[in-house]
Amino acid sequence: MILALLYPIGYMIYASFLDWSPSQRIGQAEFIGIRNYINLLGDAAFRESFWVTIRFAAIVVTLEMIVGVGLAMLLDRNIRGMVLLRTVFILPMMIAPIVVGLMWRYMFHPTVGIFNRMLKSFGFEGIPWLADSTWAFIAIVIADVWQWTPFIFILALAATQSLPRSALEAAEIDGANEWQKIVMIKLPLMMPVLIVTLMLRLIDVFKVLEVILVLTNGGPGLSTEILALRIFRTAQEFQELGEAAAMSNMLLMMLMVLTIGMFVYNRVKEAHVAQRRAVIEKDND
Amino acid sequence: MAVRKEIQNPAFYALIAALVVMSVGPIALMLATSFKTNIDVYDASVPAFFFSPTIKNYETVLCNFLWYEPAHVDYCDPTFGRALNNSLIVGLLSTGLTLTIGCMAAYALVRFQFMGRGTVSMGTLLMRIVPPAVLLVPVFGIWTFQYGLDQTYAGIILIYTAMNLPFVIWILQSFIVQVPIQLEEAARMDGANPFQVFFLVVLPIIQPGLAAAAIFTFRIAWNEFLLANALSGRSTRTAPVTIVNSITEYDIDWGVIMATGMLLAIPPILFTFVASKQIITGMTAGAVKG
Repeated sequence: MILALLYPIGYMIYASFLDWSPSQRIGQAEFIGIRNYINLLGDAAFRESFWVTIRFAAIVVTLEMIVGVGLAMLLDRNIRGMVLLRTVFILPMMIAPIVVGLMWRYMFHPTVGIFNRMLKSFGFEGIPWLADSTWAFIAIVIADVWQWTPFIFILALAATQSLPRSALEAAEIDGANEWQKIVMIKLPLMMPVLIVTLMLRLIDVFKVLEVILVLTNGGPGLSTEILALRIFRTAQEFQELGEAAAMSNMLLMMLMVLTIGMFVYNRVKEAHVAQRRAVIEKDND
Repeated sequence: MAVRKEIQNPAFYALIAALVVMSVGPIALMLATSFKTNIDVYDASVPAFFFSPTIKNYETVLCNFLWYEPAHVDYCDPTFGRALNNSLIVGLLSTGLTLTIGCMAAYALVRFQFMGRGTVSMGTLLMRIVPPAVLLVPVFGIWTFQYGLDQTYAGIILIYTAMNLPFVIWILQSFIVQVPIQLEEAARMDGANPFQVFFLVVLPIIQPGLAAAAIFTFRIAWNEFLLANALSGRSTRTAPVTIVNSITEYDIDWGVIMATGMLLAIPPILFTFVASKQIITGMTAGAVKG
């Protein structure tokens, strides 16, 4: 199993040192050392798509966290049909990303799309959704928020519903209002789950590719070309497997740093809790 | 604490209604468009939902499976129909393979003590982290040049199986742990050999787990685009690949493409309604339990 995992990674690291096109066998490719990496770092387009990725990840994850957690707070009540509601909410995540892209491309269409039709019926100008670089970025953010907010909503809802009721009741007796209960009790208690959710979403956001591929194919210009999409296009359209491998390695390293950060955070947190417990026990002695 | 159903304020229900419309709306719009002719799509006077529906688009997509010849199809283009068929083959075979290997591996990991327990959860985690785009180059290289598996079903099925196995093993483990060992001992006392114990005692008990794992695997194989695109040849293309190929052109036949998209979306939607509880559990596993 370890071998099965390490072999492709080693293969990829080796490939990233080659000038390799898909028509060649790997042995025929020319060894060019770290020139792929140097080219990439000097390549303005790569840097641009790196920043697009960071911007996309930051905006999307922030929006989804705010909306998802906010909705979970609002809907944390006993109502009939909650199960059906959750089922409906996970639908966007279940259908193929390609199909999601297709739906949004239709809705963003300049003439037949529902958004522009609505704007025009109210007498406004249509918006060039996918043709203008700012609007295209907004469009992919909207599509991603639509698809993935339910994920955060469901996790946050599960977290609020498993909170200890006693703390909330105590706050109620002390006269806390709804808002105070949320800010001072619910959110701090949910923090561990929320942070794990954030990390999971952050990891997933680097995988988003199909929706953007269908919606804009990275364009106009490079405004929506996130790194995963760039890897795909470098390998598929420009036939530069070596460069794509070098990019993959960089993306992978970025994700590794994120994951290791998550682990370290958890460890530090655990150590912190253990320490506090030890202090309390000492006080009790 | 007793669960009581509270009467909420109307604004609350309005919010819920708005959310439901937002999450289902685009899907409903796709469904509606798939019943429109291309002329209706481009005609601004035809409303989004109320129009005279036609099944012509579905006839066009599925023309090579129909027993009659639709009058409006001059030339039957088998691409979409074949792609859906390919998706089905790949999805079913890779699900079957993953489950077969997965349930045996999970059983072995639970019942016999040996190294590798940590590896499975580690593998699940790693598979979550690694974006498919990163797998593109190594998988393409190894599959094409070392195994010669490109353009065949086998290549695609193999990579889906490999991608899903850690997760499936991990999920099945949690079900097998709950099978009481006394049950197996009793069966052995009655003279069952290890295989009979596994197939006749353990497997029937963990059926819900198998169902959940099957849904997850099938959905991933059914929806995946990136690797399928790199590994499939002309005749083995899966449906997501053909959709992407047909929208890069400027003149899009929205009705037909929406019909294909709808056909592609139906199985996951069905699964969601049948097994939403298991899906939510699988999705939240690891985050909530910690």
